[in-house]
Amino acid sequence: MADLSIDFAGIKSPNPFWLASAPPTNTGDQVMRAFDAGWGGAVWKTLGNPIVNVSSRFGGIDYGNTRMMGLNNIELITDRPLEVNLREIREVKRRYPNHAVITSLMVETKEEWKEIIQRAEEAGADGHELNFGCPHGMCERGMGSAVSSEPKVLREIASWAVEFATKPVIVKLSPNVTDIVEPGEAVLESRAHGISLINTIKSIMAIDLDRMVPLPRVGNASTNGGYCGPAVKPVALHMVGELTRHPYIAKLPISGIGGISNWRDAAEFIALGCTSVQVCTAVMHYGYRIVEDMIEGLSDFLDSKGMKSVLELRGRAAPQYKNWGELDLGYRVVADISTDKCIGCQLCYVACMDGAHQCIHLPGRTEEQARKAGHTHIPKIIPDRAVTAKGGTPGGRVPFVDEEECIGCNLCQLVCPVSGCITMKEVPSGKPSETWNDRVQRGADFVPGGLHATEIERAKRSS
Amino acid sequence: MTHHSPHIPDVEGDRLEVLYEDKKPPYGDAEAIAEANRCLYCVDAPCIKACPTAIDIPTFIRKIGTGNVKGAARTILSQNLLGKSCGQVCPVEVLCAGACVYNDWNRDPIKIGRLQRHAVETALAEDPQLFKPKAPTGKRIALVGAGPASVAAAGWLALEGHEVAIYEKKLLPGGLNTLGIAPYKMKVEEALQEITWVLSLGNIELYQGVEIVPVSGSPEEVSASALLQQYDAVFLGLGLGPDSRLKIPGEDGGGVVGATHLIERLKADPTLRFKGVDRVIVVGGGNTAVDIAHELALLGIETTMVYRGGDHEMSAYEHELASGRVDGMRVLCERSPVAVLRDNMGKVTGVRVIRTEDKKPVAGTEEDLRADLVVVAVGQSRMTEVARSFEGVELDTRGRVIVDPKTYRTGNPKVWSAGDCVNGGKEVVNAVAEAKIAVTSMHAFLMGTEKGVGA
Repeated sequence: MADLSIDFAGIKSPNPFWLASAPPTNTGDQVMRAFDAGWGGAVWKTLGNPIVNVSSRFGGIDYGNTRMMGLNNIELITDRPLEVNLREIREVKRRYPNHAVITSLMVETKEEWKEIIQRAEEAGADGHELNFGCPHGMCERGMGSAVSSEPKVLREIASWAVEFATKPVIVKLSPNVTDIVEPGEAVLESRAHGISLINTIKSIMAIDLDRMVPLPRVGNASTNGGYCGPAVKPVALHMVGELTRHPYIAKLPISGIGGISNWRDAAEFIALGCTSVQVCTAVMHYGYRIVEDMIEGLSDFLDSKGMKSVLELRGRAAPQYKNWGELDLGYRVVADISTDKCIGCQLCYVACMDGAHQCIHLPGRTEEQARKAGHTHIPKIIPDRAVTAKGGTPGGRVPFVDEEECIGCNLCQLVCPVSGCITMKEVPSGKPSETWNDRVQRGADFVPGGLHATEIERAKRSS
Repeated sequence: MTHHSPHIPDVEGDRLEVLYEDKKPPYGDAEAIAEANRCLYCVDAPCIKACPTAIDIPTFIRKIGTGNVKGAARTILSQNLLGKSCGQVCPVEVLCAGACVYNDWNRDPIKIGRLQRHAVETALAEDPQLFKPKAPTGKRIALVGAGPASVAAAGWLALEGHEVAIYEKKLLPGGLNTLGIAPYKMKVEEALQEITWVLSLGNIELYQGVEIVPVSGSPEEVSASALLQQYDAVFLGLGLGPDSRLKIPGEDGGGVVGATHLIERLKADPTLRFKGVDRVIVVGGGNTAVDIAHELALLGIETTMVYRGGDHEMSAYEHELASGRVDGMRVLCERSPVAVLRDNMGKVTGVRVIRTEDKKPVAGTEEDLRADLVVVAVGQSRMTEVARSFEGVELDTRGRVIVDPKTYRTGNPKVWSAGDCVNGGKEVVNAVAEAKIAVTSMHAFLMGTEKGVGA
């Protein structure tokens, strides 16, 4: 069994699975139940001067039958007295000395930062996470995400924290910025010890069309909330990737956050360079119990890859995140529809016809019918293959991919409801293996058929 | 000892069993993922409560959905070592799937049995070494009978590091799981494959063709007292005895056969053919009666179940009756057989039945039903002789082994018992659940600990 334990800038944890600062880490009782379920660490619900909350607070977005693909919230930081939180932190650390307890903090003035860091450390916190991410409510008061969007302010406050803290300081970044590298570099300059990201994304969940009020609704109005859940995972992965490919920021440990719901999501964040991962929405949906599958699945995955420790996985995929100009233009895949698995729904056909390159054909048509349907390139033979999958449509036909025309876009594979039915197979493209950057280098970055002005400009340059 | 080998003899020839198609064929990966993602992942889930072995069903299904199939198999097998065959043979309609919250919403319940089979088959095909046995304890345990209770017990005891020996009088191990399951649910090879896996879990010897008797008189027999002497503990997984008889005129002779005996031949005997058999009458209203009637109907034989009570009084599951009827099986209620009819050559020609009211015959209502074969499915006898040959083991008035319901320990402090011989005849999953209680108690006794078994 692979070793899952981690050391995050000196914060030790039995596994990389931490609860993010949010409702699941609101109280000591909750955090202890989470540790009993298997969570390795918890970032406490953000401490600061107590606030007043509104009702209601959450909004969800469903997709088809899937509930809560995304969630947003307009809840603020902890509404409980600081002393109560600190007493509970002390108790949790006494009972669970080997688990990581990190205090998320959000205050305004230098004096406040000094006091809250000292009091958190006295309570036994293993580290601090500076909440520069919340994009609702607190940012209107100059805190939360307002800090992430001002790198200079971020650097200054983070340096105070580093100055006052004896424990590691992690800066939690907001995704509500144009370029995540800017706040990332500010963290670097502040000498903080680690970064966590992403916090939630500014969002309005929906509109109540009867009341004409956005959601979640508070009386007759709403405000923007912070968006999270499985739907934000791609945004989070991108921002993590931007930091882990940065030559200097990548040296800081990163705690990945954003839509992580199972072991596979976690493994992906770690492969992209994260040392720990944080989870909130999946726990809010299904409870602390999901960590069992995360621990077991990650451990089995590491075993299957011959990795003895989760550290061996960290960053494995990071070097393969590149700029477009570095991609191989000579690489080619085409779609391959399994005749055994196809159930005859023809969703790939319509996606290709209307959303891609019209290279999937329905069998049994005359050339005239095919042209009328919109095909301009008709292959010589379109095999008429019956659907044979169990449960497939009786009388259904398997669509046919015209490989000559297929550009390998993946769309058909993405819409196919049967996992493993459409695969993308590598085929020789007949083109040399080269990138756009290579072409720029050798002066072949010009594709005929464009604007006259460009052609004239180019001719002038080369003469 | 004639056989001393974990090797399972191959069954040969064209057995009728091979003609049957799986009614619930294995899921492919895509089907399994699609079905798993339908599960709501309920908390305090009714399906768990409805499972005699209390498998954490929502958790294993979620793990299938996340691609953690190995973990799914662990969740299943740590509660139920025979989780694969239970996935195939459990009456899920009245257990887990019957309790699924979707039923109350008029939506199809989750196909829990099929997902369970998928998880275990997929995971074990990839890596059979899902569990590792603990260090040897030096304790030796004998198990009598190789049915589901004993096989599950043997697996758990072996994982705890005990040395285990199973004694089975038949040549094929597995009891009813191998020889009594309707072939459209599970075939002999599948049952044997699972047993082979359990035997591989640790130090388990299987002695096939060896009978436990009060006094040993041949090399194929071992005496009960010898077992008690040679082993630190004994587990009785005796199952049930031969089919009960109708005790009516004309029953003796060819053309009248016990249901479990016939099912066993249909599954394992390559010489069985139904030449000249066009009509069969099956007497009984339980699940064994429905099984054999359904199996014969699927072979194209005109088959009628004859039952002395009313439709709603049958102990057979409604879903099994419905499924059998779809496949052509007929059911005739409120009739009681009074005689088996034979021609002057002694060949069976039919059954004389009498109408019943409240299961009591109504005088003057006899009628003759034509049949070439009569199958008797009115229960099975008990293995009382073997049980009694263990000193201190007591039986109730119905011939069932008496155990402490908390520990499944018998009157002899060295002897535990579970499965059909204790409960009178229930499902495979009940045998496994009881066996787990028994071996937990046995393990605690052997090790002087209160800690239970289970991976």
